[in-house]
Amino acid sequence: MPTLESLIDKVKAAVTPEVIACTACKAEFPKKQLKKANMVCPACGKHLRMDARARIAATVDAGSFTELCTGLKSEDFFSFPGYADKLDKAAKATGEEEAVVCGAAKIGGEDCAVFVMDSGFIMASMGSVVGEKITRLFEYATEHSLPVIGFTASGGARMQEGIVSLMQMAKVSGAVKQHSNAGNLYITVLCDPTTGGVTASFAMQGDILIAEPGALIGFAGRRVVEQTTKSKLPDNFQKAEFLLEHGFIDAIVERNDLPAALGNLLKLHKKQTEIA
Amino acid sequence: MTAYEKLKAARGSRRPTGAAYVDGIFHDCMELHGDRRFGDDAAIVGGIGWLDDQPVTYIAIDRGTDIQSRMAKNFGCPKPEGYRKGLRLMKQAEKFGRPVICFVDTQGAFCGADAEERGQGQAIAESIMEMMNLRVPVISIVIGEGGSGGALALASANRVYMLENAVYSVISPEGCASILWKDAAKVEDAAEVLHITADDMKNLGVAEDVIKEDFNDFPTMCQGIRETLKNDLANMQQMSPEQLQQNRYERFRKFGIYGERA
Repeated sequence: MPTLESLIDKVKAAVTPEVIACTACKAEFPKKQLKKANMVCPACGKHLRMDARARIAATVDAGSFTELCTGLKSEDFFSFPGYADKLDKAAKATGEEEAVVCGAAKIGGEDCAVFVMDSGFIMASMGSVVGEKITRLFEYATEHSLPVIGFTASGGARMQEGIVSLMQMAKVSGAVKQHSNAGNLYITVLCDPTTGGVTASFAMQGDILIAEPGALIGFAGRRVVEQTTKSKLPDNFQKAEFLLEHGFIDAIVERNDLPAALGNLLKLHKKQTEIA
Repeated sequence: MTAYEKLKAARGSRRPTGAAYVDGIFHDCMELHGDRRFGDDAAIVGGIGWLDDQPVTYIAIDRGTDIQSRMAKNFGCPKPEGYRKGLRLMKQAEKFGRPVICFVDTQGAFCGADAEERGQGQAIAESIMEMMNLRVPVISIVIGEGGSGGALALASANRVYMLENAVYSVISPEGCASILWKDAAKVEDAAEVLHITADDMKNLGVAEDVIKEDFNDFPTMCQGIRETLKNDLANMQQMSPEQLQQNRYERFRKFGIYGERA
């Protein structure tokens, strides 16, 4: 028999709106309100993590997104302990087929190709499918002379796919370079967290590198660096502000200013004949 | 040998290092230092030399042979300035139409605060992207440990070889074991499941071929490598710069194991 207290808790949970606590200031807000604010904390301005679909909705012109590069399925080809289960759980939790969503869209009225990584899916680690989808998007963009806007957020290469995941770094890099050689623009928006093999490949290969405020961006994990260096690291180590200070990104742009900034950059890179 | 035994062999302290292969394979070499940006990373040795009668650019990760040189070379863990030196020498090779030969042997790119401050991720990203685009032949040989992105930064080549006991991995088996089983001692299991051996690389198409080791007769072994390189270069020099780029693109384009959804 359930106790009276547990019943009361259940009823309370059913009638109280779901709340999310800011990871920085700990202030709690109804989920609905935070989502409306694009997951930027109304109290302290912290840019909380955001799923790929919400990111697309917050960034591209309403109704302009057409999804591309779908229909691929990750395989547990090394029978890696726990991988099949992880894939199932991630798909259920996110409703996505993999850790990146690709498509064609307009931002500020300008055509572009877009990829958005979803850190809710196995930390958006890069396996064969993530590498293949992003490569296909770059090939599509090269073929159609479209700029690419890429939102990165990833723990790095996906160890469950072994060396095949490492090879994705070179595969995507090759596609980025061909897109670049054809004179096309590539802007990366580095989101929290962008690390490991993604930082060491396409996240850093944009013509213009933008980061969200406070995003963690680095190659090695903070704990590994601390063990190697055997000293305490500054609080802002590997944060967007740290990278800006050291000359590794072009700008930090707040999430709610991104559509306007990206739209302007796309217009600035239009071929003069197209403007006239 | 198990994958773990091969891993230990690849890390063996008496195994020849990158500089030994440069000396054994090429002649009349001139080492070239520095990245022209920040400094000179001794973990990466680069320069120009002769492959018999043919000029080549060589870039080798070198772990060092005794405690002093190992410390100076940071145990073969390159810093951003090392990768930037390598890239500088690759672009120089491209300008003068020289093939690039890389020797890879690292547990991984250095993970220190200074390396992060100077953009370790950016340095590797740029090296991979530019290497994919070089208009000259590029051949990489993994001579010991091929540790993740720090190895790939010098292995985005037209052809990749593995020495028979060399390993190549996305993450160190120790790192994998501590993430997966919260127990670094399970390194043997991790080495197995990660598929890191030379034969694995050949089976997966990550390496074109496996090179036999014979450290008791190192000059003969180097002679064999010299013949392999000359043979490959003779074939690749029939290709235009664009064909070389495309060949490299297609080599990496095919990597990926996945299914299609109905």
